[in-house]
Amino acid sequence: MMANDQSQPLASGNLRFRQGTAALSWIGRNLALVCFAVFALFPILWMVTCTLKSDAEMYTTVFNFTPTLSNYRAVLIGTDYFKAFLQNIVVAGGAVLLTIAVGVPAAYGLARYNFKKKEDIAFTILSFKFAPEILVILPVFLIFQKIGLYDTYFGLIWVYQLITMPLLIWVLRGYFEDISVEIEQAAQLDGYRWYEVFWKILLPLIKPGLVASGLLAFIFAWNSFTFPLILSGFKIQTITITSLRYIASDSVHYGHVAVAATVAITPEIIAALFIQKHLVRGLSFGAVKG
Amino acid sequence: MQSQPRPKPEKAEKQINYNEVPASIRRRPYYIVLPGLIILIGIMIPFVTAITLSLTNFSFKIPVTKFVFLKNWINLFTNKDFYQALGVTLRYALFATGTQMLLGTCAALLLRKDNWFSRLLKVLFTFPLMVAPAIAVLVWQLMTSNTVGVLEDFLNLFGVYNFPWAASRQTAMFTAVLIDTWVNLPFVILLVLAGIQSLPKSPFEAAQVDGASSWFTFKTLTLPLLKPFMYIALLFRLMAALQEFGIIFALTKGGPGNTLMNLSLTGYLTGFTYQNIGKSMPYLLVLWMIVNISAKFIVKRQRRLTLEAAGKQ
Repeated sequence: MMANDQSQPLASGNLRFRQGTAALSWIGRNLALVCFAVFALFPILWMVTCTLKSDAEMYTTVFNFTPTLSNYRAVLIGTDYFKAFLQNIVVAGGAVLLTIAVGVPAAYGLARYNFKKKEDIAFTILSFKFAPEILVILPVFLIFQKIGLYDTYFGLIWVYQLITMPLLIWVLRGYFEDISVEIEQAAQLDGYRWYEVFWKILLPLIKPGLVASGLLAFIFAWNSFTFPLILSGFKIQTITITSLRYIASDSVHYGHVAVAATVAITPEIIAALFIQKHLVRGLSFGAVKG
Repeated sequence: MQSQPRPKPEKAEKQINYNEVPASIRRRPYYIVLPGLIILIGIMIPFVTAITLSLTNFSFKIPVTKFVFLKNWINLFTNKDFYQALGVTLRYALFATGTQMLLGTCAALLLRKDNWFSRLLKVLFTFPLMVAPAIAVLVWQLMTSNTVGVLEDFLNLFGVYNFPWAASRQTAMFTAVLIDTWVNLPFVILLVLAGIQSLPKSPFEAAQVDGASSWFTFKTLTLPLLKPFMYIALLFRLMAALQEFGIIFALTKGGPGNTLMNLSLTGYLTGFTYQNIGKSMPYLLVLWMIVNISAKFIVKRQRRLTLEAAGKQ
């Protein structure tokens, strides 16, 4: 800080001016942040209130109404929405389990061993993330129809690997790289077999990363729109596709639309709360260790 | 300058010399990675099929499929729809990514003070990020509805009535980008914020001792150090925006007219709805090329910026 040798009145005026600008910038900064927060949250809050309005009140009121659960009853019991919800859990959950079964060893291999073409393989896996979904899915549609995988659980679970596997492998590779080789070598010296090292030493160490990237992969799979749009028909329905029907129908019950959206979002927001600490690392595929 | 023969970099001691280990162990990493790769490549076989299909007149409507060689490609480049779709794709990607990068960086810089308010906001900002794009469209269709939508009431306060949102050619792109931004802005915020929190302290202390103005510090120190993080956010956002399908499809299916028909949607409609798979493939292959070239470019620049930033520390 520079010493101020101006005369007293001027200095105090200067100080007051500075305090003024500081206060102004504090107000401005927080005002901007409140705007961002309103932009991010208001749609969700407003939608949840819509789920509780009757059709008549939908048009006349914003926040002042008598809440009713009739919309929930209509959507969850009256239609096959709940069935789609369960089927979506099976498809997204199955996709994540398959990804974990083959992805965790792959991530370990790519982190720990040095072998020819290692980086090429790792980048090939990442590049699946950047392949346009429609380009992949139209030929898959033709092939699946031929071999009978169209509109089946397994077909969807397999295709969902394009969403879940690159994420899991790249995130977990970073977690494995963070574990020092000495720990493994020490365990081996203690007489552990290689699979025992993996189960008893490594897996507990990467557990937070595994849970976080697994949940994030689940969310991405849950959100997928293009794959089920083309690869599922009448037998299997996912929430994203089913929900859209509510706004497309002729007699729009806005309350039902709101319920469909709310129920689809709820599991994701709960999952997001669990993985806060690992979210940035997961979202950036391990590139940023937030 | 004559280059000296560089001394060979010494291998880290921890690495195992693979010539001495038996073949069964040497092959182990391949075995471990293989299942994952097979599953992914199984899905990517269609990609090769896509190239072949682009050379045929494959369609559900025609029983016999013939090779037509480059006819689909010539059709593509002489077709007005293609240039419209290309234009929409690029405009949408630039508009959406630009908005999100700019606002996201600003918001992250505003959140840099670590107090309860910014910690709370950081959690709340993750909510829209988790929402499926298709569901987000549903939410915003409710919000922007002229009858029950709350945004209509809001705009009425400013004397704007019956704002057309997705229904008009002038505002459809804006509406789609607005929804895209609602979902993905938090992604940029979180990534840049992670960058801010990883900033090293010492250069900033040095700048303060030297009496550098805050703008100067920001321009010469903060921004270059943050750029690698911003480029990662840019990479993910641009790749997704170039291929955007869910938001536009759920919102207007490419309409009104062809206002929002990007390459993904044109490919989908040609191939799936009009059932001309052969004709649709070139659209999607061009998209794939654009995505790949820009991804390579950004990754290269990101690496260079990371090195430069490391030099500054």
